[in-house]
Amino acid sequence: MAAASRISSLLSRSLASSTSSSLISKGRIYGVGRSVVCGYTTAAALEKPITPSVKVTYTKLLINGDYVDSASGKTFPTYDPRTGDVIAHVAEGDAEDINRAVSAARKAFDEGPWPKTTAYERSRVLFKFADLIDQHTEELATLETWDNGKPYEQAAKVELPMISRLIRYYAGWADKIHGLTVPADSPHLVQTIHEPIGVAGQIIPWNFPLLMFAWKVAPALACGNTVVVKTAEQTPLSALYAAKLLQEAGIPAGVVNVVSGYGPTAGAALASHMQVDKLAFTGSTETGKIVLQLAAKTNLKPVTLELGGKSPFIVCKDADVDKAVELAHFALFFNQGQCCCAGSRTYVHESVYDEFLEKAKARALKRSVGDPFVAGIEQGPQIDSEQFEKIMKYIRSGVESGATLETGGERIGDKGYYIQPTVFSNVNENMLISKDEIFGPVQSILKFKDINEVIRRANTTTYGLAAGVFTQDIDTANTLTRALKVGTVWVNCYDVFDAAIPFGGYKMSGQGREKGIHCLSNYLQVKAVVTPLKDPAWI
Amino acid sequence: MANHSNGNSNHTESSFKIPPIKFTKLFINGDFVDSVSGKTLDTIDPRTGEVITKVSLGDAEDIDLAVKAARQAFDHGPWPRMSGSERGLIMLKFADLIEKNADELAALDAVNGGKVFALCKVIDVAEASKALRYYAGAADKIHGTVLKLSKGLHGYTLREPIGVVGSIIPWNFPTVMFFMKTAPALAAGCTIVLKPAEQTPLSALYYAHLAKLAGVPDGVLNVVNGHGHTTGAAISSHMDIDKVTFTGSTEVGRKIMTAAAASNLKPVSLELGGKSPLLIFDDADIDQAAEIAFRALFFNKGEICVASSRVFVQEGIYEKIEKKLIEKAKATVVGDPFDPKVHQGPQTDKKQFEKILSYIELGKREGATLLTGGNRVGQKGYYIEPTIFANVKDDMTIAREEIFGPVMSLMKFRTMEEVIKRANDTTYGLAAGIITKNLNVANTVSRSIRAGVIWINCYTAFDVDCPYGGYKMSGFGRDYGLDALNQYLQTKSVVTPVVDSPWY
Repeated sequence: MAAASRISSLLSRSLASSTSSSLISKGRIYGVGRSVVCGYTTAAALEKPITPSVKVTYTKLLINGDYVDSASGKTFPTYDPRTGDVIAHVAEGDAEDINRAVSAARKAFDEGPWPKTTAYERSRVLFKFADLIDQHTEELATLETWDNGKPYEQAAKVELPMISRLIRYYAGWADKIHGLTVPADSPHLVQTIHEPIGVAGQIIPWNFPLLMFAWKVAPALACGNTVVVKTAEQTPLSALYAAKLLQEAGIPAGVVNVVSGYGPTAGAALASHMQVDKLAFTGSTETGKIVLQLAAKTNLKPVTLELGGKSPFIVCKDADVDKAVELAHFALFFNQGQCCCAGSRTYVHESVYDEFLEKAKARALKRSVGDPFVAGIEQGPQIDSEQFEKIMKYIRSGVESGATLETGGERIGDKGYYIQPTVFSNVNENMLISKDEIFGPVQSILKFKDINEVIRRANTTTYGLAAGVFTQDIDTANTLTRALKVGTVWVNCYDVFDAAIPFGGYKMSGQGREKGIHCLSNYLQVKAVVTPLKDPAWI
Repeated sequence: MANHSNGNSNHTESSFKIPPIKFTKLFINGDFVDSVSGKTLDTIDPRTGEVITKVSLGDAEDIDLAVKAARQAFDHGPWPRMSGSERGLIMLKFADLIEKNADELAALDAVNGGKVFALCKVIDVAEASKALRYYAGAADKIHGTVLKLSKGLHGYTLREPIGVVGSIIPWNFPTVMFFMKTAPALAAGCTIVLKPAEQTPLSALYYAHLAKLAGVPDGVLNVVNGHGHTTGAAISSHMDIDKVTFTGSTEVGRKIMTAAAASNLKPVSLELGGKSPLLIFDDADIDQAAEIAFRALFFNKGEICVASSRVFVQEGIYEKIEKKLIEKAKATVVGDPFDPKVHQGPQTDKKQFEKILSYIELGKREGATLLTGGNRVGQKGYYIEPTIFANVKDDMTIAREEIFGPVMSLMKFRTMEEVIKRANDTTYGLAAGIITKNLNVANTVSRSIRAGVIWINCYTAFDVDCPYGGYKMSGFGRDYGLDALNQYLQTKSVVTPVVDSPWY
């Protein structure tokens, strides 16, 4: 709830009216900046990007407790998406480095202290890690914004607190991982023991680099596993910093290894490694298929996948239109539209469609785009040139397929990867923009007549990650909730991401669940222990 | 007889200085206040029988004020309206503050309860932080269930905090008991009126102070010192308390339950007395068995409800076990609990001291053989020698009643079937121990003994994740573990029709 209210305070743009005193003080700065950045920002505002106040200290691979060069000695550049300039050169991991990292993790699991540490001690290390994250919020959020382009306020005030919160959540699970005693048909004592699964390979994306790092690492460590994390090549910096804090918190060498590198090389090596016991991947559906195949072809390691989406946001006839507009806008444009659960198909009931469309367009026009380090900025640049080009291509496709471009559609400035908040109307399910995941600031608005129709259309997709439902009617809410084939339904809200709420997809949006109690099972083996009972008092 | 470092001496042999007593009043609605009557209570140092300090003496009127504060904090205050994670953060801070003040807190329990200072610090006070951290981590994991109802209905359960909790705790583990009750209640979002034992109020008041420093809002945790028949009775019969949790004697537990029944039918959980059996089989390792058996009874000078006060030894190894136990009793150093050489401090108060000595007399009179001990130590304070009786019959008073002191009863048995029957021949059912290498014996006895916790090849192996409580007249309800949360939660079912669902 707290995270949700923080998000909604950011999405509402009414920072000054927030109850948080720190947000109020920021609000004053925001009010001044607003006259400059209100609406699509001008090219002039982007010409002098703010110099980030953090030094890039960690650029090497973290293997067995040490920051080391890659075996090949190669590096790759990581870029500032505001300008396309190089931030730093980072050691480039490949199969050989994955081998070294897995071997360290293997040793730390098989011999090392971590799985043999008491659950209470493991929880204390994770609690400490969460405290250190809180103490280093500024540096971490700065790295995150610099490397990713997301608004600094979002990183510092929403994401970092969610991260420490999630780490504490799993710290609290460490000493409560319970098996069962199981009823038997005959005189037997039956128990289930939940054991750590072993070495977990974890491949994370670039849209929420540190949050995804936490989602993967915290539950795995709470259960007593060791991990090898491959970060996205676009955003290697924050995880390397956080890993240092993990060590400071008392994680033994080899328990957490971080390898920067590319998917086809480092990622593939991890997915196909014979000594990795479990693989967790968040990213595109296309890559997820490859990862699953590699696991199948090698040691049949179990895989959890959190993949793409084309999530419907359904505005029913009884909705409060103003709230629905604001929430639908947030559902799509949050994080530059780079969310796997983005509400990228906005279904609006015909009775409120015209009003909704007009207000949605006005809201997009008001969205402030610019240097993400500037206070009050809602939208920064897209992550990289590849994504930028892909989004622009989809915008052209939308126009060509006959959708109405209501606003936006152009790049902003001539440097960096800024795109105007874009709204299409008259979209139908045959158009590419309503089928494919765009992963950018492009909202598609579709009109519907009745509930059964919108259920059918909303489910006409290969994805099934999330959905939003906007209605005050209890029966409509319950019917839609059960009928939508998705892993999360947000009713009259969106993107509420508490640590305890499980998240994951139906269909080709993936398999397994992260967060909540459900995530623990991804990192545990269940061992049944059975022994006969002699003359038991009862069975 | 046992060694002793002289119970008469003050703590000259200890380099530790007992800190000045900072908190002596009642803690109500976030403030330390005098009792309404202005009365005070002497709190005694069991090493000498002398007064440590005077503390405010609460009565029904003070309980009324405390309940009013707790009611207000529950009905309108922030505590149950915070997220579990926010409550958890405050509890984590509380745990850190306890760790920072561990020496001072351990000293309070040692001087007030006669507990060995060094053990109190590493066991009792450490356990307090651990319990707070455990339940801090549980506060955001209180799940209801979404139900599988008949066609056409959707339902779920909410687990809501039960409200104002009355906690009445004993004097044998002032710190551990405080958090055994308080930590899960805080995690659940309840508010609390706690009465510490009149013998040991000092650490509870200090914890109230630390709770406030940690950010526990005013009115959420109230501590009222006083006697059972006045202050305790006011809690158990209060119409505005939603739940009472009590640890203490079976006799008092019965009164509390009666008062709850006669007033507002508040649910009660009781953790009461015991006469716990320890069963040592022929295949046991002699040294290990003797060590476990000795600690199982003499830990905390026998003032522990799970004390293995009936030690059944199989005849094949009986003589050897008896010999080892006598050696251990004689090697025990009784004396000032602040002295690092001391194993056993004084009993908590004069009443207990006299009661234990009278049981020892009774044991002798009824024909049990006194193997060692049996006397007071020194002329001052409440020190008693570690005492072991042999040839104890199942129907002797010392084998039937809870002595709550350093008095062990040894019995001999022949077969497993026989010892199961004898072990269960008690009105109590708190704990039991089994020492054997045989898997079948371990499993069969575990299921056959009617007790809330079975320790196999260990004893007093408490863990905050391990539920703890009694069968039969040892009480009902469970402390510790996630089960303890049930004491402090209500379950509410929410049901609504669902139309046009694609599945049921």
